[in-house]
Amino acid sequence: MEIALQNITKDYGSVRANDHVTMRVVPGSIHGLLGENGAGKSTLMKILSGYTPKTDGEIRIDRGIVEYESPAHAAGLGIGMLYQDPLDFPLLSVLENFKLGQSSSDMTALRIRLTDLCRRFGFTLDPDAPLASLTIGERQQLEILRLLEKGIRTLILDEPTTGISGTQKAALFSALKQLADEGRSVILVSHKLEDVEALCDRVTVLRGGKGAGEMDSPFDPDQLMTLMFGTRPKPPPRSAEAPGGPVLNFTSIHARGGRTGLKSCSVLIRENEVVGLAGLEGSGQGVFLRTAAGLIPPLSGEIHLKGQPMKRQNHHGFKRKGVNFLPSGRLEEGLIPGLTLAEHSALQNGGGFWVRWPGAIADAARRITNFRIKGEPNLSVESLSGGNQQRLLLSFLSENPTLLLLENPTRGLDVESANWVWEHLHRFCAKGAAIVFASSELDEILAQADRVMVFFNGAVIKDVRTQETDLRELGLAIAGRA
Amino acid sequence: MIRNLAEILLSLMGVLLFTTLILLIAGAPPFAAYIHIFKGSLGSLNKLSHVLNAWIPLTLCSCGLLYTFRIGLWNIGVEGQVMMGAVFATAALRLGMGGEAPLFYLVLAFAAGIIGGGLWALLAGFLKTRGGVNEIFAGLGLNFVAQGIILWLIFGPWKRPGIASMSGTELFPINLWLPQFPGLRMSPVGLFLAIGAIAVTAMILRYTRIGLQLKAVGGNERAAFLLGLNPARNMLLAMIFAGGFAGLAGTLQVSGIYHRLIPAISSNYGYLALLVVMLSNYDIRIAPLVAFFFACLNVGSIQLPMMLQIDSSLSGVIQGILVLAVLGVQAWRARIKIGTQGVKGSPGGANP
Amino acid sequence: MTEIDLTILFAGVVAGAAPIVMAALGETLTEKAGLINLSLDGSILLSAMAGFAAAYTTGSLVFGFMAGAMAGAMVAAVVGIFSIHLNRSQVAVGFVLTLMARDLAYFLGNPYARLHGPQVPSLPIPLLKEIPFFGPVFFNQSLPVYFSLLLIGFCWWYIYRTPAGLRLRAVGEHPKAAYARGIDPRRTQMLYTLAGGLLVGLAGATFSLSVKPGWGRPQGAEGTGWIALALVIFGGWDPIRAAAGAYLFAFLQVMGIYLQGWFPSVPAQVFQVAPFPLMIFTLLFMNLAQKERVVIWSEGRPWFRSMLKWLWGKAPTALGKPYAPE
Repeated sequence: MEIALQNITKDYGSVRANDHVTMRVVPGSIHGLLGENGAGKSTLMKILSGYTPKTDGEIRIDRGIVEYESPAHAAGLGIGMLYQDPLDFPLLSVLENFKLGQSSSDMTALRIRLTDLCRRFGFTLDPDAPLASLTIGERQQLEILRLLEKGIRTLILDEPTTGISGTQKAALFSALKQLADEGRSVILVSHKLEDVEALCDRVTVLRGGKGAGEMDSPFDPDQLMTLMFGTRPKPPPRSAEAPGGPVLNFTSIHARGGRTGLKSCSVLIRENEVVGLAGLEGSGQGVFLRTAAGLIPPLSGEIHLKGQPMKRQNHHGFKRKGVNFLPSGRLEEGLIPGLTLAEHSALQNGGGFWVRWPGAIADAARRITNFRIKGEPNLSVESLSGGNQQRLLLSFLSENPTLLLLENPTRGLDVESANWVWEHLHRFCAKGAAIVFASSELDEILAQADRVMVFFNGAVIKDVRTQETDLRELGLAIAGRA
Repeated sequence: MIRNLAEILLSLMGVLLFTTLILLIAGAPPFAAYIHIFKGSLGSLNKLSHVLNAWIPLTLCSCGLLYTFRIGLWNIGVEGQVMMGAVFATAALRLGMGGEAPLFYLVLAFAAGIIGGGLWALLAGFLKTRGGVNEIFAGLGLNFVAQGIILWLIFGPWKRPGIASMSGTELFPINLWLPQFPGLRMSPVGLFLAIGAIAVTAMILRYTRIGLQLKAVGGNERAAFLLGLNPARNMLLAMIFAGGFAGLAGTLQVSGIYHRLIPAISSNYGYLALLVVMLSNYDIRIAPLVAFFFACLNVGSIQLPMMLQIDSSLSGVIQGILVLAVLGVQAWRARIKIGTQGVKGSPGGANP
Repeated sequence: MTEIDLTILFAGVVAGAAPIVMAALGETLTEKAGLINLSLDGSILLSAMAGFAAAYTTGSLVFGFMAGAMAGAMVAAVVGIFSIHLNRSQVAVGFVLTLMARDLAYFLGNPYARLHGPQVPSLPIPLLKEIPFFGPVFFNQSLPVYFSLLLIGFCWWYIYRTPAGLRLRAVGEHPKAAYARGIDPRRTQMLYTLAGGLLVGLAGATFSLSVKPGWGRPQGAEGTGWIALALVIFGGWDPIRAAAGAYLFAFLQVMGIYLQGWFPSVPAQVFQVAPFPLMIFTLLFMNLAQKERVVIWSEGRPWFRSMLKWLWGKAPTALGKPYAPE
């Protein structure tokens, strides 16, 4: 089965996720789709799998144009996808998950089919176990078998190697090779070079929603890196202050949360330091920030802030000590939808029984000018653009924080806004604050941080000064090769 | 503006059509029924005083519910909070049955009623914030418990000398009744308190930090916590406000209207107030008007069993259809918005 | 108490629980699909009225039950349309309908109040009814009671053993994933909202034609809808556990009558409200039993853990959350 995507475009409101992307998949090949987080890979594949309707462009299967509006329809044509957020049912059993969506309703026959397929690919799955008791790798295996049973001839996998063990990865790769040998096509979506190197015959690279180029195996890693990240100017030299006294001290912290939790983390962060946290989404950076903010109580280990133990303190206790936390979900956790800028101002300024509205409106107006927010004091926050929401949140940081914890501080912002945000943040640093931020953009970390910590599978596997490392080294560390 | 008017007219026509249909099914003449409801509520000064007697507790409960809705809580327990307010007020007034200083005991009754309602609401609040029991089930269960307590008191410790009956406890001596307008069975105190409650609620919700914090927690509990607010404490506060106003309504029912504790002391005003607030789109400026309309329906339909041999619960049917019609219009409006802007409508969560 | 007393007691429990079982199972079906139909208390009354009125007018019990089922399904349809298709709050719509359906029942049922209408006859099953104890308790009952008993097993079988039941659970669990597998989540939710409403309607008709025969204001079924809603939570969204809860509840109700005999000074009304604080305590205990600290403490204490497990229940993951298609 030959698949050709031509000039696929997808708009979410005013945001263009895919911009005239073209790509061709040859039968019996393993095709890689490579790109940074947010390059538009998942969107493109969700369009191919029928989950998301496209805005423009056409899909051809074996040279015929096809139109479909649901994943079930795409599966009928032989295209199936393993989504990044698994679309399966944790409370149901393995066999029930295998069955859902199949035309056959004969449980006994399906049980035999599942066992056969397991044997063929060397997987061991207990049909009666609840899905929730399986690892992510096993859930993937089950999904692959289910799609095969459904008769798919093209299999799309979205970041399948995230969160699975080395042995499971080997099993997965050998299964995928077996599928290609049988004449089926596999599309592997990844932002890890090593996956693509190990498996793919051909690779398409996306950057910023557009096709950046194609390559055949064997690949030149440096060239792929350039395609992925582009040739960007070196970051301007920044006059970093010398690190001062200790601010945050983690002593073998274990914490729950996210996909991996946080494992045995010991870190010291000093005054004036800007620390960037790198790693695949959900490798422990989020848990680190939230533990440091007092939002997740650690299971074991100790946290010291400026030398003081923070046992049994909640976020408000941390806040009183000058810790500021900026979540990445601006409308989910940061701002309150339905409230105006002035109301946010009034909440922020605290104190007193009465709210002095003229004062609050004046304060909001002042923030609007100082932080160059495009908005009005009486506008509700959800009507602001992402960049302006972020500026508003930045305006709520306290004047003299000791520690700033930021999740993706510039996600979704244009270059100018992002630069402005950083200019503003570095000013806190000059006053002696420490900044710890997570970012999916390595460029941003290299440009803004003095020090990088790379997270892999819940642990810090690399902790270096930014001057002593580069994009390639960090990219490898993110993939687990420290 | 014209479209709003058209929407209102359209939904009213829908309500009228449906009600007429219901009346025809029941074999009653629709036009006569409407006339009776109108005359029975606004036909004379005396009737109007009855309407106001219903409007006062409805408005008080609605004011209270605005606090809990503001923070996203479904305080179905408001009905029981009215009852417990009435129970506490009765207890205070019973102390004053001896005859000395009636004014003192009346004031005491009001304080006790507010405390009674507030405590009952606080109980539901704690069950929610500490026990993880959904406030709908906690409140509803407590309503039935409050009803049980009233019945137990009427048939047990507070039974009338001689024989206990469903007609309630012994009447209070007249000096423990609230003063009434001359010639009308209606107390200026209640009217004054209801108007005061509207003013206080409007002010607290608009101009104080409490109002702002309730709105913040209701809008996004998580963000409110990150901003330094304490969501659980604010929820309890909202419950106390709601319970306090409901308790006040209960006190007025005891001291101003029935002058004793009766089994149906709350007259369903709590449940009805939930509809009032929903219909007024959680707006303090509209709620008193809706409450007045609902009171007219309630009082006007009392005539129906006598005049047309149909049940007075017609008012409840009309009130229900009204709220459904308004929900329908809101959905329609949201759909138009999607059509013109290409934006997804906000999903209908439990929060207003 | 003597042997005969126990038999009568349990026969009364099985008969009295019949409508509660139907309502709790109906709501379990609806909630399994991810939708809450809060209108139960009003639905039961409306369908009780409709059932009695239809049976009285036509003289046919079959028409009575059909009318009851229709009334229940109609109220459920309104909940479904408003919350699935019009995107309104399930709680708001359900609550309005609770009150409105009740008032509509009182209003339309007025002419039928305190009339003597048809009543479901008891239908002992030959041979089986001769079994000591179990015979009179289970096999000397009426058709609705047999239906309620069979319904428990049927619901369990349907939900956990049929392809359709699997799709139902899939939608309540993860509507988006269900959609990706070719299931229409909205249609499924609507279907089970209607099916649940149908059962709730049968429950209402069972009240007015069998358990508390006749119609009046009050009818006597007031409050049962709320109990049924709580039983769904108590049952951990499992039909058998929900039904067990219904029998427990009916048992306590019957015990209330005995207690009244023992404590004549306490008014009857007090015993009638007793289930409600019990409902609160049950929900409270269930919540406590699932607290992380308690669960951790129970590890290594098998006896305690096995008791705890009875209080664990996982709501369908998508319960109460509106499904928005891409």
